[in-house]
Parts: sequence; structure tokens; C-alpha cells
Amino acid sequence: MVDGALAITPGRGGIFGRSSDAIWRNPKMFLFLLLLPPLLWLGVVYIGSLLALLVQSFFSIDEFTGLVKREFTLKTYRELLHPANLDIIVRTVSTAVVVTLSAAVVAFPIAYYAARYARGRWKAVFYLGIMLPLWSSYLVKIYAWKLILAKEGILNWLFAQLHLTWLLDAVLAIPIIGGNSLSVSYLGTCIVFLYVWLPFMILPLQASLERVPVNLLEASSDLGAEPVKTFRYVILPLAMPGLIAGSIFTFSLTLGDYIIPQIIGSSRLFIGQAVYAHQGTAGNIPLAAAFTVVPIVVMGFYLWMAKRQGAFDAL
Amino acid sequence: MHSNVDSQAPRSLKLAASAGLLFLHLPIMLIFVYAFTTEEKSYQWPPPGFTLKWLAVTWDRPDVWQALKLSVGVASLSTIVALLLGTLCAAAISRSKFFGRETISLLVILPIALPGIITGIALRSAFNLAEIPFSMWTIVLGHATFCVVVVYNNAVARFRRTSASLIDASMDLGADGFQTFRYVILPNIGTALLAGGMLAFALSFDEVIVTTFTAGQQQTLPIWMLEELVRPRQRPVTNVVAMVVVLVTFLPILAAYYITREGHRTGGQSR
Repeated sequence: MVDGALAITPGRGGIFGRSSDAIWRNPKMFLFLLLLPPLLWLGVVYIGSLLALLVQSFFSIDEFTGLVKREFTLKTYRELLHPANLDIIVRTVSTAVVVTLSAAVVAFPIAYYAARYARGRWKAVFYLGIMLPLWSSYLVKIYAWKLILAKEGILNWLFAQLHLTWLLDAVLAIPIIGGNSLSVSYLGTCIVFLYVWLPFMILPLQASLERVPVNLLEASSDLGAEPVKTFRYVILPLAMPGLIAGSIFTFSLTLGDYIIPQIIGSSRLFIGQAVYAHQGTAGNIPLAAAFTVVPIVVMGFYLWMAKRQGAFDAL
Repeated sequence: MHSNVDSQAPRSLKLAASAGLLFLHLPIMLIFVYAFTTEEKSYQWPPPGFTLKWLAVTWDRPDVWQALKLSVGVASLSTIVALLLGTLCAAAISRSKFFGRETISLLVILPIALPGIITGIALRSAFNLAEIPFSMWTIVLGHATFCVVVVYNNAVARFRRTSASLIDASMDLGADGFQTFRYVILPNIGTALLAGGMLAFALSFDEVIVTTFTAGQQQTLPIWMLEELVRPRQRPVTNVVAMVVVLVTFLPILAAYYITREGHRTGGQSR
């Protein structure tokens, strides 16, 4: 309170007054006070839990007693490389790739139309048309697809009405992606993933497309490029940050999900299901923890790449 | 990027865009049809007949009400915590530049950037290590962690649009910090907080992955639905609950949209 004499008005009285004076004079302390609760919550509780989990992945489970041995070992990570576990990792990551690519293809026309042509009332229709499915209940969306893909459901009925049942049967007969019906096939799992994460791709893509100046497109076509070339050399590079930002969501969400493949899909496991199974009945927390490190590493690498491409500006 | 020259979209683009929007909406609409079907044992399409009976049956189910009550309670508490933490964080980040600022914004995003299962199992094993029994509070703890980010996003955008000189002026004119907060800051960020709070509520109300790890015997509404999806007991009741959940989540989303749309005119915007 040394510089009190320099103030135009005298210092404020009362506890509130004096404390707000003190805070005003000392922005660093004010900042500290502002940040303290969120840092305690996120930095200590959340990051602490993550680190504890990471530490446990270096423990191992005693094969005879089934108890966790608290000694540093890489044994659990070696277990990840067993063919059965490696299979789970490869399946999950490749599904994430497929879902991300197909989400980009389906999202592009919606985002492009919303960014370039929709205005006034239609702008609102598109905005809500993307926001409502994004925010409506995740389980209800999965449930809706269970209704659609069921053997007695609407999709099979539709194929029958169009006399295309043979086509559906032919698709379901394909070894890896097929199955008894769509609701127990890998194809079904991918469709539901695509549906549930699609809005997460549309929104950042639309944001990046909205920043593309129209005169660049006009210049491109004035200089003789066909629409395909304009798309390839002008629109796509400018939309890239949005595509990458969207793919962060679709990729990460697919990697960690364990409910969709459990409800719609074949009995082959995904990383999330493996984590759930190992931490639950099996009680093998170290292996479950090691499994969760896989998406963390994959996403860390992905985020690092995305940051280099400048994708965070489009989030 | 609005085109002035060729405002007509190519037909193929129109088709692809509307097909995409239909793909997003038809499955949800289907829920509304199934809620009134007379078929009990399967997901038969087309429905053999329509009835209102299942609305009444669902109304009389105590387990549904209990799950709903827990969900509303958890979502309210998590929203309150998220509002507090998110606003504090946004105020700090938008006001000043300091070492580690980027790290803190990353820290806020992390709980939703990382797959939910990681947050879930990390918290569960931490609860086990600390020997905290599972209760409604452990669910709230998990939910609040990832709800902070939506409040933070809304608040930080509004703080950036609000001029700092308003606060300086208020303090210079003799208001104390609390009066400044009450009469200057709150009116400016109020609608952003309301919108963020509604989204946080919707996020928590709907969350299932983290909840499966942080709940003990308690059933929130999503856990109840998950149970029904894995082991169906009475399908028509699930249909009705699904419809109600869709209606209940649509309302805050629409409200949040209209609030933030009108909130663009805020004080000190000319900066």
C-alpha cells in the first residue's frame, strides 16, 4: 500500500473495499487466485489421475495370485504385442481411419453448401440441422441405428421393397466386413460411428471453408481451371486445417469408444472394450492402463502433426 | 465465403448436402414412430399398429423416475462446478498473458480431447487408490471435469469481445471488485454463461462412458438406457424414454442457440 498517496481518491474502506484494492494493485496475485480453483481441479485431480494410471501401466499382475505387483516392469507392454492384443489395436486404429475418411467425404458437401450458398433462414436451418444431431443423446442415436439395422428393421424392409435383398446379402457375405445381419457386422459398426461423429467433422470444416475468399475461386476459374482443378488446388488446401481439426475428433472418439462396437457389431473387440474388460472382471488394471496408453500415444502424435499444419485455428 | 456471382449451387452439391442432412435427421425421427408402436418383442418395420399405452406404462415406472432424478441432480451439480471453474479460467486466460497460458488452455480441452474411456478409467483407478467409495459425488467429479471446457469456450469468447476499459472505468469510479463483477462483468458475460451452462447440462445429462466408470450401483438415465440396450427387458418403455430424452435435450440446445445469437451486441465491442 505504499503508492496509496499517488491515488486520486482515497483508499476504499471495509473488507470488500480493501481487498478489491489489494487485488487491483496486485494483478499477479489476482491471476493466481483466479487460476487456483481450476488448476487444483484439472491439474491435480485430473492430471493426477492420468499420471497414476500411467504409473500403473508399468506394474504387472502376478499370474498365480492375480494381484497387482507394484514393481517397475515393461512386461505389461510386451503383453500388448501378443497377436490377440495387437489384433485389437490394429482393428481399432484402422476403423478410426475408415470412419475419419468417410466422415470427411460425407461432411464436405454439407459444410461447403452451408459455408458458401446458405444464407438468411437457410443458414439457421443448416446450423441447427448440424447442432441438433450433434447434441442429441448419444445412446438414443445408437438405439435408433439398432432399430434401423435390425433384421426385421426398416433398412431390410426397404431393400426388400426395392427388390434389392440380393445386393444386401452379397455385401453381408463379404468375409471381414459382413455378418449375419447389418446389426452384427463390422460394416454396421462403421456406419454408426460415421453417423455419431459426423457433426464433429462438419463444424470445423465449415468454419475453415467460410474463410476461403470467393475471389480466389473466381480467379482460379478465370485462369482456366475446371471445377475439379479448382477443388484440388484451391479449395482443398485451404480447407485442410478444418479437415484435420475435424479428423482429430472423429479419430479420437472412435479410438476410445467401447459402447458402439458392443451394441452394434461383431463380437471382435475394440481397444475400449478390452480396457473395460481388463479393468472390470479380470481386475488386470496394469494391462487396461497399458491399453489406454495406445490411444494417448496415437492422439499425441496426431495432435503434434495437426499443430504443425495449423489446424488449431479452425477449432 | 459468400459468392456474389454464381449464387446458384450446382445440383449435385445440393443433392449431396441435402442427402447428408437427411442422413443426420431421419434416424432420430424414427424414434418418434417407434415410441407409439404396438409391437413389443421386436423392432418390426412397418409398425403393426399405433398406441399411446406405453406412455402411461413408462410414467408408472419407478426405476425410470429414479434414474431421471439422479441424472438431473448430477447434471445440475456438474454445471454449477463447471460454471465456476470455467469462468475463472476464462477470466484469467483472456485478461493477461503469462507463462504457461497455452498449457492451461490445453489442460481445459484435454478431458474431451482424450477419449472418454481414458478419463473414466483414470478417475476410477484414482478413486480406488484413494479408497473413495462410489457415489453421486464421484459421478459429479467426473462430469464436471469435462463440462468445464464448454463453459470456458463460451466465456472466453465473450471476455475477448468485452472491453477491459469497462472494468477499469468501474474501478476508477469507486466500485469495489464485487460491485464491478455484479454490475459490469456479469451483465456482459451473463448470456454466454447461460448458454455454456445449458450445453454443460446437456453434456452431463447425456454422458455415459465416463459414468460407467465413476458410478457404483447408482443408475443415471443413460446408464439405465445402456442396460436396456445390452439386455432389453421391455422394449416399448425404452422407445418412450428415448423419445423423451430427444425432446428434453432439444430444448436447451435451441435455447442456447437463440441466446448466443442475440448476444452479439455487447458492451465495449468497438475496441
